[in-house]
Amino acid sequence: MEPVVTSSARIGDRPRPKKNYLNETKGIWSWMTTVDHKRIGIMYLVGTLIAFLLGGIFALLVRLTLLTPAHTIFGLQVTAETYNRFFTLHGAVMVFLFIIPSIPGSLTNFVLPLMLGAKDVAFPRLNLASFYLWIVGAVMAIASMVIGAVDTGWTFYTPYSTTTSGTVTLMTAAVFVLGFSSIFTGLNFIATVHKLRAPGMGFFDMPLFVWGMYSTALIQVLATPVLGITLVLLMLERVFQIGIFDSRIGGDPVLFQHFFWFYSHPAVYIMILPGMAIISELIPTFSRKTIFGYRAIAYASVSLALVSFIVWGHHMFVAGQSQLATVVFSALTFLVAIPSGVKVFNWLCTMYQGNISLETPMLYAISFLMLFAIGGLTGIFLGTLSTDVHLTDTYFVVAHFHYVMMGSTVTAFIGGLYYWWPKMTGRMYNERWGQATAVIWFIGFNATFLPQFILGSRGMPRRYYNYLDQFQPLHAFSTVGSWIIGLSLFMSAAVLLASLRKPADAPDNPWGGTTLEWETSSPPITHNFEDQPVLEHEPYDYRPKAVTH
Amino acid sequence: MEQQFDTSKLGMWLFIVTEILLFGGLFVGFGLMQHKYPGEFLEAHEHLKQDVFGMPFPLYGAINTIVLLISSWTMVMGVNAAQTNQQKKTVRYLVVTILLACVFLCIKYVEYAHKFHDGLLPGIFYAHQSEDLIKGTHGYATFFAFYFMMTGLHGIHVLVGIGLLSWLVMRARRGDFTSEYYTPVDLVGLYWHVVDMIWIYLFPLYYLIS
Repeated sequence: MEPVVTSSARIGDRPRPKKNYLNETKGIWSWMTTVDHKRIGIMYLVGTLIAFLLGGIFALLVRLTLLTPAHTIFGLQVTAETYNRFFTLHGAVMVFLFIIPSIPGSLTNFVLPLMLGAKDVAFPRLNLASFYLWIVGAVMAIASMVIGAVDTGWTFYTPYSTTTSGTVTLMTAAVFVLGFSSIFTGLNFIATVHKLRAPGMGFFDMPLFVWGMYSTALIQVLATPVLGITLVLLMLERVFQIGIFDSRIGGDPVLFQHFFWFYSHPAVYIMILPGMAIISELIPTFSRKTIFGYRAIAYASVSLALVSFIVWGHHMFVAGQSQLATVVFSALTFLVAIPSGVKVFNWLCTMYQGNISLETPMLYAISFLMLFAIGGLTGIFLGTLSTDVHLTDTYFVVAHFHYVMMGSTVTAFIGGLYYWWPKMTGRMYNERWGQATAVIWFIGFNATFLPQFILGSRGMPRRYYNYLDQFQPLHAFSTVGSWIIGLSLFMSAAVLLASLRKPADAPDNPWGGTTLEWETSSPPITHNFEDQPVLEHEPYDYRPKAVTH
Repeated sequence: MEQQFDTSKLGMWLFIVTEILLFGGLFVGFGLMQHKYPGEFLEAHEHLKQDVFGMPFPLYGAINTIVLLISSWTMVMGVNAAQTNQQKKTVRYLVVTILLACVFLCIKYVEYAHKFHDGLLPGIFYAHQSEDLIKGTHGYATFFAFYFMMTGLHGIHVLVGIGLLSWLVMRARRGDFTSEYYTPVDLVGLYWHVVDMIWIYLFPLYYLIS
């Protein structure tokens, strides 16, 4: 019986085209003025990975300070102000410069038009503008760290942020600019999904990655403007003291928290939905099995996006909002568990009786499932009023959101990077070393953050630069874990970069994927496809027999 | 072509959604601060209704509303002219739209000048001297902060609109637009109507409600 998957028959059959998007034009100018979504994706990838490195260095510094209860790093004095800057820069860089733009800007920019069988995104020039806005925002953010100092935490809570000296105004202006970069990216993806699908591809024939990114884009467009206006108000409050957030001049600090979380809670879903989107590709591909519950996962993505807008009050249970509001927000928060659970169980059902192969991306996907389960379940403790009152502002919260943002989203991002690397660069990396990075990542991550749950439940507050002696063993354990994470990431960088030194060797479809990006060459030609691809089968169709290598 | 037109229009609508959310934040903020300082906000409202240079203040707003409404109509006519290949007419209507936008800003300037003169300014600049709206009481400065932020942000949008319309005039004179291709005219038209519509909400909020 012939396999339904048309692409599989062509693995290696076709000669590699001489010209592709990487060598069609040359020179730095051709990159800087490009409107090719693939090149913009690569530029975003390089940019966000540099931000990741920067944020990572600050994370290591935070952990090093906490190695001992003394205020030192290997004998060097660390003042409270210095420590405040460390964690602020870690948080702000990771959130605004890395996690929010990384998957949409880099991987999605690259593969989303390919998956839809399109030549490019709907507005290629807007796409480039979005990248340059990111650069401007990044330069402003880094300038605010170099010129002065930002010590407010990434949340810029008032009244501290309106009274502290430091370059908070420049930093918030940077985040404002980055917000517009994010809006443009989201706007582009929504228009692309609506207008540029291949002939024969309905909404329910799209890969689930596209559904996930579509939901993300909805949040980017609907939530980010509110953050924009909030930051403008914060800047005006600092400069003109207009009396909106600072209670000394008649303002309301809790109002800032409402405004801020109205964006920043949906922003958490701007971070996690792309991770889920990637996992929805990895699991069926490496289980060689049709995805279980396609529509359920698609609807779960959109409903997560919608629910994200009505739960922001759970960040403020002890901030002075009304008792009725806390109860309502707590109840609404539990709604999040439903679509999240739907997704996890559908992924597990996809793996059930599948032909699972444990290649590098799949190892990251399985790590994601476990880490996301822990991150998600500990979220329930924090959504429950009675437990949250005790856990607010402790390491329990820190551990929870690192499990979700880092353990889930970053894990999925690295998995996705390994998955699409052959498509992006045309080169296969060393599989054994790739697998090793995944295992070390999983060990390092849990070593770093599992102890923090225990620390938090015993009362270790977040954002403190010292602690009682009794907490030292767990803190030391966590710090050593952070080195293991660092090791894994450096290994990943080495594995991927090493692959670039050899000539192109990746087949069109190294993993036996069924989505359209695998039907073009690796790396793709500038216009993506030789002929307009036409959808011949539903997504993840692995019937009647598995693809063979 | 048809496809590109539809796509651009979808993009523009999404952009408009973000614009409305941007202003929405300010409207919500205004509402909440009004809830916090109902008395002060009411007094400030009443104060706004006093005569400015011998004319009741709401009348300025009313004239501006009419100016913007007419400009929306000339914009529609401009789009229609572009759609039907009437190049000269397109230019003419776009120029009238620009002129109306300038009239709007001039009237706005008179209003602002009066506020500056009276010291009815946001935050630290608040320096009102007369008996009502005493300096130092919370609420008044906040009210005028919102007044300037919302009308100011709207004013910036009018300025941007003038820029965009001028660009359209330049292109229209060059003969860029035909019934086959008039996307930029259509999109700027959408933008202009939104700027108009936001004013329709600002007008009662500051000039009529008491």
